[in-house]
Amino acid sequence: MNAHSIVMLRRNFKHIARNPVSVFNAVLMPIVVMLMFVYMFGDAFSVGVDYVDYATPGLMLLAVCYGLGATATAVNSDMTKGIINRFKVMDVSRGAVLTGHVVASVLTNLVAIAALLGVAFLLGFSPSASFLDWLGAVGVVVLLGFATGWLTVALGLAAKTPETAGLASVPLVMLPFFSSAIVPADKMGPGLKQFAEYQPFTPIIETLRGLLNGSPSTGTLLAALGWCAGIAVVGYLWASATFKKRA
Amino acid sequence: MTDLAITASGLRKAYQDKTVLDGVDLEVEAGSIFALLGPNGAGKTTTVNILTTLTKADGGSVRVAGHDLAAEAKAVRAAIGVTGQFAAVDELLTGQENLQLMVDLSKNATPQSVAGLLERFELTEAAKKPASTYSGGMRRKLDLAMTLVGNPRIIFLDEPTTGLDPRSRRTMWTIIRDLVADGVTIFLTTQYLEEADQLADRIAVLDQGRLVAEGTADELKRRIPGTHVRLRFATAADLDAAARILPGSTKDDEGLRVPSDGGTKSLRSLLDRLDEYALGADELSVHTPDLDDVFLALTGHATEVPAK
Repeated sequence: MNAHSIVMLRRNFKHIARNPVSVFNAVLMPIVVMLMFVYMFGDAFSVGVDYVDYATPGLMLLAVCYGLGATATAVNSDMTKGIINRFKVMDVSRGAVLTGHVVASVLTNLVAIAALLGVAFLLGFSPSASFLDWLGAVGVVVLLGFATGWLTVALGLAAKTPETAGLASVPLVMLPFFSSAIVPADKMGPGLKQFAEYQPFTPIIETLRGLLNGSPSTGTLLAALGWCAGIAVVGYLWASATFKKRA
Repeated sequence: MTDLAITASGLRKAYQDKTVLDGVDLEVEAGSIFALLGPNGAGKTTTVNILTTLTKADGGSVRVAGHDLAAEAKAVRAAIGVTGQFAAVDELLTGQENLQLMVDLSKNATPQSVAGLLERFELTEAAKKPASTYSGGMRRKLDLAMTLVGNPRIIFLDEPTTGLDPRSRRTMWTIIRDLVADGVTIFLTTQYLEEADQLADRIAVLDQGRLVAEGTADELKRRIPGTHVRLRFATAADLDAAARILPGSTKDDEGLRVPSDGGTKSLRSLLDRLDEYALGADELSVHTPDLDDVFLALTGHATEVPAK
């Protein structure tokens, strides 16, 4: 982070303060989904443990994804309204504006997850994680937010309008539902089950679940780190290329 | 030898198979106003984008403020200011915060310039309101004020008055003239002959990616057909008769075209002459040259460009 990125981050904070609706979505929607699943469907799923303990790690990932829509829209509106071009013709470090968006996105994710965990504890969430496990879980969340943040910035840069940018991030919001976030993958039908097992979010959720249970597994952790690194690299390269090319 | 702020030679740019710039050469003297005149789609914005490092040219070389564009883009960016075709202001920030943002991002800025610029552009009253509440003219002014924060020596203005009402346009012209008085070089694009005429020391006319003329406003005007009167007649016989009695007149699809300075004296003598032969026109209009005429004269075709 250089001085220019911090200026850009401050700008993003002002945007959030003045247009809080987008962030309300990012913070409130995961909580609504949590209440819905825990209260309405929780008893219907037998997952071997208290349902809120099962669902919370997956909902943490969902909370990250719900934050991305606002990021995509914000980046796109900077692009289409010519703000990014203004920065590009100034002697401003390249990409500072994008870094600002990614960092703002990750910080929004952390706020959303803190709020979600608060509600989870009220619902009886009882993790058996040690301090180090918690630290690991926060690390995974930040890494996930960073990786999907760069991918979303790329989507936002590439989209023609803020509306299509918002739409482009919808698959990222839907993907957690087709993972082990809400129900274990082996309870799903054929086809969907395989998809859920091999899609990137499942190992990330399983890693979070393991960490919060106090029984992290190295195998899923490595898969999760691999996926995050892959998404981050693709997102970053795509974003940089689009940023350079589009005027 | 004069000091050149911008030199470009052989600029070429194509998007897919559509050629946008086809070998453009430009020289802009330091401390002058240079206008690039042309209709929509002529390549004006592409030229500005290339000169301001936003877009890479396919060919040609450019020096801006003494720096080679390809090799020293960073140095070029530090020397220029750009106001694009659409006001690029941050709508969620206030006018003051927009300017402060530019101060925070510029090396050459002085923090006290914010208040000074707000004052100069008559934005002090609206300084604490979000830019989304500003009128079109205020946005343009804020945009230009933001461009000035870094004290650029060369300023690019892409159609600075398109879409502005006549009053705001005049305010913008005054601002532009004041800038040059401070020794700044201005490169502006416009669709309006009048604007180029009012402001520019030199004008280049761009058409379909090529420069078709370059010179001072007076030099260009000499190449443009002068003011004339158009007459429309009810019948072809009347038209033919009028064409025979009015010296210098030419027939075209829409009627008769008669050279005239548009003054009352010459109009009276024209009407008297028609009366003398008992000819009456259905319609009379005085036509002063506009960009369409410039184009017609310089390129042999009208300003319409093929739909994209």
